Amino acid sequence: MEDYRIHEHPILSIPTRKKIHFCWKNQQFEALENETISAALIAIGVKVFGHHHKDGSPQGIFCANGQCSQCMVIANGKPLKSCMEKIKEGMDIHPADGLIELPKITSIAALNPIREIDIPVLIIGGGPAGLSAAIELGKLGVEVILVDDKDRLGGKLVFQTHRFFGSTEAVYAGTRGIDIATRLEKDVLQYASVKIWHNSPALAVFSDKKIGISIDGSEYVLVTPQVLLVAAGAREKFLNFKGNTLPGVYGAGAFQTLVNRDLVKPAQKLFIVGGGNVGLIAGYHALQADIGVVGLVEALPECGGYKVHKDKLVRVGVPIYTSHTILSANGDGQVESITIAQVDKNFKPVVGTEKSFACDSVLIAVGLDPVNEFYSKGIQYGIPTFIAGDAEEIAEASAAIFTGKIRGREIAISLGHDTLDIPPAWIRTSEVLKSKPGHISHEGEPEYHEGVMPIIHCNQEIPCNPCSSLCPHGLIFIDSKDIRHIPTFLGDGYCCEACQQCIIGCPGLAITLVDYRKDALNPTISIPYEFSREPIKAKDTITAMDTEGKSFGEFEILSIISHPSNDHTSVVEISAPREIAAKIAGLRVQEKIISEPLDGYIPHIEDDTIVCRCERVMAGEIRELIRAGYRDFNEIKTVTRASMGSCGGKTCTAIIKRIFREERISDADVTDQTKRPLFMEIPLGLFAGIQNEEE
Amino acid sequence: MTFSRQTYDVIIIGAGSIGAPTAFSMSKAGFKTLVIDKFHSVGQGSSKRAIGGVRATHSDPAKINLCLRSLEIFSTWKETYGTDIDWCKGGYSFIAYRQEEERALKNLLLVQKKLGLNIEWLDPHQLLNVIPDLNPSNLLGGTFSPDDGSASPLLATHAFYTEACALGAEFHFGETVQRIETHKGKIASVHTDKGDYSCAVVINAAGPWAKQIGELVSVDIPVEPDSHEAAITESVAHFLNPMIVDIRPSPGSSNFYFYQNRSGQIIFCITPSPNIWGFSVEETSEFLPMVARRMIEIMPRLQNIRVRRTWRGLYPMTPDGNPIVGWSPTVSGFLLAAGTCGQGFMLGPGLGELLTRAVLDTTTATDVKTLQSLSPEREFSNLEMLR
Repeated sequence: MEDYRIHEHPILSIPTRKKIHFCWKNQQFEALENETISAALIAIGVKVFGHHHKDGSPQGIFCANGQCSQCMVIANGKPLKSCMEKIKEGMDIHPADGLIELPKITSIAALNPIREIDIPVLIIGGGPAGLSAAIELGKLGVEVILVDDKDRLGGKLVFQTHRFFGSTEAVYAGTRGIDIATRLEKDVLQYASVKIWHNSPALAVFSDKKIGISIDGSEYVLVTPQVLLVAAGAREKFLNFKGNTLPGVYGAGAFQTLVNRDLVKPAQKLFIVGGGNVGLIAGYHALQADIGVVGLVEALPECGGYKVHKDKLVRVGVPIYTSHTILSANGDGQVESITIAQVDKNFKPVVGTEKSFACDSVLIAVGLDPVNEFYSKGIQYGIPTFIAGDAEEIAEASAAIFTGKIRGREIAISLGHDTLDIPPAWIRTSEVLKSKPGHISHEGEPEYHEGVMPIIHCNQEIPCNPCSSLCPHGLIFIDSKDIRHIPTFLGDGYCCEACQQCIIGCPGLAITLVDYRKDALNPTISIPYEFSREPIKAKDTITAMDTEGKSFGEFEILSIISHPSNDHTSVVEISAPREIAAKIAGLRVQEKIISEPLDGYIPHIEDDTIVCRCERVMAGEIRELIRAGYRDFNEIKTVTRASMGSCGGKTCTAIIKRIFREERISDADVTDQTKRPLFMEIPLGLFAGIQNEEE
Repeated sequence: MTFSRQTYDVIIIGAGSIGAPTAFSMSKAGFKTLVIDKFHSVGQGSSKRAIGGVRATHSDPAKINLCLRSLEIFSTWKETYGTDIDWCKGGYSFIAYRQEEERALKNLLLVQKKLGLNIEWLDPHQLLNVIPDLNPSNLLGGTFSPDDGSASPLLATHAFYTEACALGAEFHFGETVQRIETHKGKIASVHTDKGDYSCAVVINAAGPWAKQIGELVSVDIPVEPDSHEAAITESVAHFLNPMIVDIRPSPGSSNFYFYQNRSGQIIFCITPSPNIWGFSVEETSEFLPMVARRMIEIMPRLQNIRVRRTWRGLYPMTPDGNPIVGWSPTVSGFLLAAGTCGQGFMLGPGLGELLTRAVLDTTTATDVKTLQSLSPEREFSNLEMLR
């Protein structure tokens, strides 16, 4: 039996869980207690979960978030979204091929009245923004219900194994995302006035000012809040390319869920599309989980994400192709390769520049859109509604933590806590935290080549300051008035005592130390390291890289130091000639061979670019309608069913709008589609008050 | 300065369930036809909110005749015009769990059979053969009319529109009618926010807005919108043939109905009781719990089907529940096709042809009776036995 589990991880602890048994297509396999059905299937190498009823196309996991129904399977005779349901001992699981059979019922369940609840504040979303707002309100004793669709609080923070940027004082910068989630969760739980409902997606904001919520899949309730806060985060944008619905193509959120939450490997060799922070970080997460990253394409001439995130990837050996795009994902039934090409100034692929790479997964990280539909409805229906975090404006989690805090305070004020105010400094901090990465300056040579010199390979203006508080002697300086400034080392070679705190604490892993004291010609270089794959040890040789991913050749490891004070970042020491010592910024962890292109490129002739995955609508169909004069999104819906499927247009709406733009139709000439509840598909029985669906 | 105005034979106000098939029929008859609609594409008012049931099994001969013709058009559409409108001849079944409904339905059945409709009373055993998933407990039986069925309002209205365009009909979307001019008591022109058009005939097919259009020529049309909520589920393998109608009143709803469409989705709707008057189409929290309970009570198997989307649409109601069809007695050339009381979709194709014959002045003896029965000048005092 093949094993696609993560057994070792440099950051995440792997819990020991009881083994249970299940059947997939009448064959017995092992699963772990408490994991989702999808995790259990991926762990045994299943990529195809069923076949679409319209065209028989293979369906694999896509959103891993309960929004689409591509991961539907039949478990014990019942159709279930496998990413949302826990596996149980003895479960008999089959693929969902074609239209599913509605299970028959033997007994009639009791129908209960629907509970109605009044509450001062309802918060939708338990990510960084929602939690911070709840904490702020909890401090004031305001009664709050916070609903989240997951079984753990923290939103996307729970997938983030890297240290966070931002301000140490304001938003826990320097702490790993997963640990921030834990802290916020712990913090919110101490306030008795805040009730948390896990696994409880909001389904609709109704015109009678009630919000329908499914509690833990077992009860439907209606909540009437005095104030609604929408902190529902963001959803990923998707992309049009041939083969874009092959199993093995998914969004970064799904990938991070599977790898960092479910601890399974949906891929062995991954190719990433999109060089924003999400794509860059997902690449780093893949490497930490011992998944090969074949490459990354970014259509713009530069990656849009933080340079330090990009550097982390390139210096471990991942090639980044800027001004490149994906042409197709290729394969028979699942992804086997990707074809990319260079793009010109107008982002059109340049003929003759096509390259193909072998890979089994393609990760799409081409930006985020706010999940703001509850906000629009709340405003439309006259509910005092606030919005925070990515739902309001796409930015880093650090910004979400802070705007959440501000919204919490604003809500309290609106509820009559009128002695409070919003300190102007809060507004300023929140603006700084939201700022996009700024100017990149040249990485210069250090002034001194003696003693011990910390080398700061961080040369882009980003809101981040943990390094400035890590140095016990305060030798790393960032102007606290604007933490976007690039850090500078204030000393000469004889101030730093090489305690290495800056190396292991910098979220960008962008600080090294060069120690000239023992051997001025061959100084010792201390480099941060966060991988556990093929464990390295002293005397091994390792390839040293510069910030841009250029190799300096192989060097012997002198020692590996782990700091008891630090969680999981080690320091690797090598020695290298003084001419290059300060330029060494990282260590290659991935062999070159994985990123070599195939001989000749793989053309993808068939036009199978899908816009609406749920209803299998092709991009060509949409384009043809637009060219025929269609300008009302609703009419496109009528004719093609695009956006009428189970995900409710969450994936295709933005793509269809983009096709309009590609066809040079301005947004003003397009009639937007009518948006209607529900946010998520829910069994009819829940609305009838059937509780506790468990057999 | 004068502009030469576009002149049409017929201007239809409203490109919905009535306007689209009427435009198709008018164009086929050779009339230069313009359809004006304030929405941005066809069927975006109430048509797209319809659930798609098509039956001839009414109690009023006028509606029966119109819908029999609609059934013919819907059921032969694909073979005639090539486009699929998701027609499905699944039949209709009005079910009875109490003696009151059994009696009412059986009384109605006598009338319906007399009018030549293909409809039978099925005892519980027979009914369960047709609808195996019905809750058998206390089931007294129900009617079954196998020739009725359903089609997709989205696709069908669009198909009428496409064929009408092919025949030369013009559709102006995103255009609001502001004035209708008459000359010596006769329709002369229609004026919108975007243009002025001359014509001899204006057809009021404005659905819930029919009253407001009538006011432009000082014609009172007693149509008031009543808001109904509906919802649709995920697609599942086919398991249900007929449209099921339960006419038992219950707090909040006077009846409810559902069927499985060709895509495998269950579409369901209630008739609110009391009526919810007005133009609001904003979703409320009351609908889903109310209808879910009623549906699961009669078909427990539905408890696991996932609900996908919910919405509200407007029923253009008349005082007696029958449509208002015919020439306005006060304004010559003003033809009413209004107040279809939520049955616009099933009446539309038949009605479109009737209106065409009215304009052509080729009405048949049956047409004359239909027009009498649906006349704008009627008393509005008889309530239909079962709406």
